[in-house]
Amino acid sequence: MQFGLNESQELLRDSARNFFSGECPMGEVRRLMESDTAYDASLWRKLADHGYTGIIFPEEYGGVGLGKVELILLAEQAGRALLPGPFFSTVVLSGSVIDAVASAEQKKKYLAPICRGEARSTVAILEAPASWDLQAMRTTAANGKVSGEKLFVPDAAVADFILVLAPTGVFVADARSPGVTIFPMSSMDLTRKLYSVQFKNAPAEKLGDLERVRPAFDLATVALVAEIVGGMQRTLDLTVEYAKTRKQFGKTIGSFQAVQHQCADMYLETESSRSAAYYAAWALQENVPDASAAVSIAKIYASDAGRTVGNRGIQIHGGMGFTWENDLHLYYRRAKASETAFGDATFHRERLARLVMDAAVVAGTSA
Amino acid sequence: MDLNLTVEEAAFRDEFRAWLESNVPNDWSSWREKPLDESFPYLRAWQRKLHEGRWAAVSWPKEYGGRSASLMQQAIFWEEMARVEAPPMANALGLGLIGPTIIAYGTEVQKNRFIPKILSAEEIWCQGFSEPNAGSDLASLQTEARLDDEHYIVNGQKVWTSYGWVGDWCELVVRTDPTVAKHKGLSVLLVDMKSPGVEVRPLRQMTGESEFNELFFRDVRVPAENLLGKANDGWNVAMSTLMYERGSYGARLHLIFKRHINRLVELSRTTPRNGGTAAQDPLIRQKLAQLFAEIEIMRLNQLRAFSRMTASGAPGPEGSIQKIFWSELNQRLQQIAQEILGPYGQLLQGDSYAVDEGIWSYGYLRTRGNTIEAGTSEVQRNIIGHFVLGLPRSY
Repeated sequence: MQFGLNESQELLRDSARNFFSGECPMGEVRRLMESDTAYDASLWRKLADHGYTGIIFPEEYGGVGLGKVELILLAEQAGRALLPGPFFSTVVLSGSVIDAVASAEQKKKYLAPICRGEARSTVAILEAPASWDLQAMRTTAANGKVSGEKLFVPDAAVADFILVLAPTGVFVADARSPGVTIFPMSSMDLTRKLYSVQFKNAPAEKLGDLERVRPAFDLATVALVAEIVGGMQRTLDLTVEYAKTRKQFGKTIGSFQAVQHQCADMYLETESSRSAAYYAAWALQENVPDASAAVSIAKIYASDAGRTVGNRGIQIHGGMGFTWENDLHLYYRRAKASETAFGDATFHRERLARLVMDAAVVAGTSA
Repeated sequence: MDLNLTVEEAAFRDEFRAWLESNVPNDWSSWREKPLDESFPYLRAWQRKLHEGRWAAVSWPKEYGGRSASLMQQAIFWEEMARVEAPPMANALGLGLIGPTIIAYGTEVQKNRFIPKILSAEEIWCQGFSEPNAGSDLASLQTEARLDDEHYIVNGQKVWTSYGWVGDWCELVVRTDPTVAKHKGLSVLLVDMKSPGVEVRPLRQMTGESEFNELFFRDVRVPAENLLGKANDGWNVAMSTLMYERGSYGARLHLIFKRHINRLVELSRTTPRNGGTAAQDPLIRQKLAQLFAEIEIMRLNQLRAFSRMTASGAPGPEGSIQKIFWSELNQRLQQIAQEILGPYGQLLQGDSYAVDEGIWSYGYLRTRGNTIEAGTSEVQRNIIGHFVLGLPRSY
């Protein structure tokens, strides 16, 4: 049993960190967040050239064929860099959904261009009730056309095609077809833009059944947790650095226990979230029986911890932490958006309760 | 990353599981809630049995009666013990903390003299560290030992000594040089508790029982050969013991916590609440799910820490997050038990209406000690701040 990264995993993590710090420094993040879509074509090309757009997908569709743990390591570094744009919506979310539900023919048509970096995509899930349990969807799909209004759709303005969830299945529509209208929603996270999308008899192709989407959502949820972990680590690093240099009363503020103990808690919360994310990724990769519970456990803990670490980081930065020029609020905004996405801690606690309490007996986890 | 057991780990688990199946006593549940002084001979006998199977100290090197078990095998050992609800071992401090310190710092004579009887539970060990004026600031301790020819003459007082009432021997930290900086003048002595001048008094704690003792030393003569490690190097010896304490304890807690939450889920199914049961109450469900998540994360943190320790070779200051995590989690768990049980939660052992023989009222009170014993949460956060994050020393 070995709960550390192996050499090639460490290599992937380090090269992703170098890639993002070189290609997507905070100046670039700020430039993109001020743009309408937060998308940059040349950055996207570089992501594709590094194999990141196809990282977990089968080689027959142009992917790299790595495992889910590797995806989570990449997502963690993307979160640490606060990577703007449609990487999550296209690769992690759409790619996984297509991979989980579509036919081989459809994968060639939709997954392969994602892997090659030639297409961007997103998934339209929520409707007006904004419920993650997928029970209350009213989008209709009949005779090759979908109709309905979807909200909180990430990166829809730069998507070439949009996957649409409906009670009768998962469909794909051309984002530029006449029946598809995209409106920006003005929201907290400036690096990941949200949209409302109206489908009015938009031509759509069915990719597969709705029931088969769950594993893809589980993976997307864990990747989101990994992004949160990356953001927590960056917030912790910035805060410790600040506490070591900022002086008040003739001392660095990091020498005060009221400050130091908050930093210690940030460390505990970050490491605990990381343990949960890595285990959930491994559990999905190995298909262990408690994989879904592991996903909910990671989302429960990191949803709350991501916010808490942000709270502590801003507080320790004092007035500086409340300024626009300081980067902490950008991570804080992302943490709130990620906390809500795919169900917040409250949602996943109920999901976990159904998985472990309502079952006959809570089984002991084997070593 | 591979969380499947290796072939060696699986073989270790299977061998121990098979041994437990034919050896673990089946009447522990009738002893569990009795006072420790009544159940102690039972626990001694159980440890002897484990020792006969060479299972009493799996982490110890083979030449000292252990199995040179890896950290993962140690984790497996404690999981298997918890799985069958095996009794604890009588000589917990000797096996877990003091034995390893003697193996690391002791002379050959000391190892031969003490190690076998630690394993067989013939000699029970206690730990004389804290003093009335030296708790978190352990290095300021005042119990003094003056070398007089072939003996140290010890005078002073210790407090919060576990197993003091049954201890045959004590790992005692004393001041041997009062003229140098506080960390530099300490030594560790191995003290026979039957020596003239040693007095043991029970220390009654807020649960009403006396798990711990106060020790008084008046002109106690300790042979100089019972010095452990070098004179005035006692701080390093004592720290080594504390690292074992922080590193290993979390491993055995996971399934104990798991047993508690399983029981709480059971109780919530039969507890009426708002026209249904507590198990149907959204707030209780939220709280139990949160506990369940944190118990699992405690296990995962431990496994990651073990992997790091296996790579680095020694328990590190990261162990402090485990100490904070389990102790605070245990307190939250007991509070939620109280919320589920309502008025029944306050009933003590012996009351005919008490749920589960009063373990929940006891646990509620006892867990207040968790964030104090074995290094307070504040000290653990200092350790993380200074040694892990590199912040300036704050004390």
